[in-house]
Amino acid sequence: MFVSGVTPGEGAAQALPTPTTRPFWDAATEGRLVVQQCGSCETHFFYPRIACPSCGSREVSWVDVSGRATLLSYVINHLPAPGFEAVGPHVIAIVRLEEGPTMMTNIIGSDAVPDQLVIDMPLRVAFEDRRGQVVPVFAPREEHAA
Amino acid sequence: MSRPVAAIAGAAETSLGRLPAMSELDLHVDAALLALADAGLSLDDVDGITSAVHNPVEIAHALGVRPTWFDGTSVGGTSFLVHVRHAAAAIAAGQAEVVLVLHGESRRSVVGRHPRPVPADGMLGQFELPFGVYGPPTMFTLPYLRYAHETGTTIEQLASVPARQSEWSHGNPRAARPSLASVDEVLASTPIAWPFTKLMCCMVSDGGGGLVVTSAERARELRRTPVYLWGSGEAADSPLVSQMPDLTRAETFERSAAAAFTEARISHNDVDHLMVYDAFAHVPLYGLEALGFVGRGEAGAFVAEGNTAPGGHLPMNTNGGGLRYTHTGMYGMFAIQEAVRQLRGEAFAQVPDVEVSVVQGVGHFFSEAATLVLSNQEVSA
Repeated sequence: MFVSGVTPGEGAAQALPTPTTRPFWDAATEGRLVVQQCGSCETHFFYPRIACPSCGSREVSWVDVSGRATLLSYVINHLPAPGFEAVGPHVIAIVRLEEGPTMMTNIIGSDAVPDQLVIDMPLRVAFEDRRGQVVPVFAPREEHAA
Repeated sequence: MSRPVAAIAGAAETSLGRLPAMSELDLHVDAALLALADAGLSLDDVDGITSAVHNPVEIAHALGVRPTWFDGTSVGGTSFLVHVRHAAAAIAAGQAEVVLVLHGESRRSVVGRHPRPVPADGMLGQFELPFGVYGPPTMFTLPYLRYAHETGTTIEQLASVPARQSEWSHGNPRAARPSLASVDEVLASTPIAWPFTKLMCCMVSDGGGGLVVTSAERARELRRTPVYLWGSGEAADSPLVSQMPDLTRAETFERSAAAAFTEARISHNDVDHLMVYDAFAHVPLYGLEALGFVGRGEAGAFVAEGNTAPGGHLPMNTNGGGLRYTHTGMYGMFAIQEAVRQLRGEAFAQVPDVEVSVVQGVGHFFSEAATLVLSNQEVSA
């Protein structure tokens, strides 16, 4: 179920979930990408919060999203963070989910060269198991694929 | 406008570069004593103190000051602009009379460095750090490619920012990078986070600076030409770069600058000199557009053509900036210092007849912004 793309080693930062964020990380281990949606104004939002940042409503719930996204911006990182030393240049990106929220991620399934990384290119979520923590990453998606 | 209520009456920088004999606490104390000497004041005159990251109370105690007003607002490199603004408000409210605005950072030598932990259960720790971002070079640079895509700004124009700024700092013995740098040299330097190369990123140095902020009335009685605060603004948005509302605009700059220009009752034509915090080469481009000096997408050509370089009509980052002069981690103090020098007529690369200087600061990754409108004139014409 899990893909392999950017595989950091010992010493890489790992998320420490809180009760509010844990559903996001639990879903990732099941290969699902979830964000919160406001029950009042229906806005999808990310990162996880106890109330909607658009209207302040506490009536928020977790919903599965399509996993389709586009590439908003990126860098090809040559300055490895701890644990990323052996990875080589890798793509750190900001993507926009079809449902609206943006998130930071890594791009996999593409060489880390500008020619293959076109702003606004369509992406699809994948999940990578990094030493026991599953993180959502994104790979190029064929425009008309399901 | 009404008469400005506050002024910078003293300003000084410590030594810069590699200072392994000075802790961060020492740098704050050194900066305070230098700024007070510049103002012709003593510790006894001080009733207010500010610092960022470090608790201002620790610094006050080490210095031998017993403050009755303090502000430790820590919003990255723009903190010191915010402190000047807050100090002016406190002075106007009668809560303080003489405020020391202080900065000291041992970023390079790491002596007595205050820890800056990023908790793994915070939002940055959970939703950004796991993807391999490693400090500002990989976070602050992330929005740029979208800006380039939408505006058509070229990599050569991006590289012209440090290249043009190097014309200001060329030969300055206090500059960490005192040489001239060409666009080709900038582009050929070590890749850091493509498209950013090493010379598009600020350097890392040790150093500090201090400002004495007091009432305009009191400043007029002191030995130095007062630098009046005509107007100021502050604004904040996302602390996470991935959650910026628009990756192509410094929206926080727009709001802080609009407030400062309105309070100062100035328009763009009134501005003789500009400092835009340049942690990375794209920030001045975002800044020129956010402050309205150029239209959207025009900043790259504007800088490349020399409008902000020596002889240009909008002198910008005249100390060479964080890209060429110094960058201790929280550079905002040095942007203010250069504005003060220009307004006093004592800068290394002095611009003739500067009466109004605008300083635009940034905290973190466009997360926080503050703007100061400074002048050596009491009131605007």
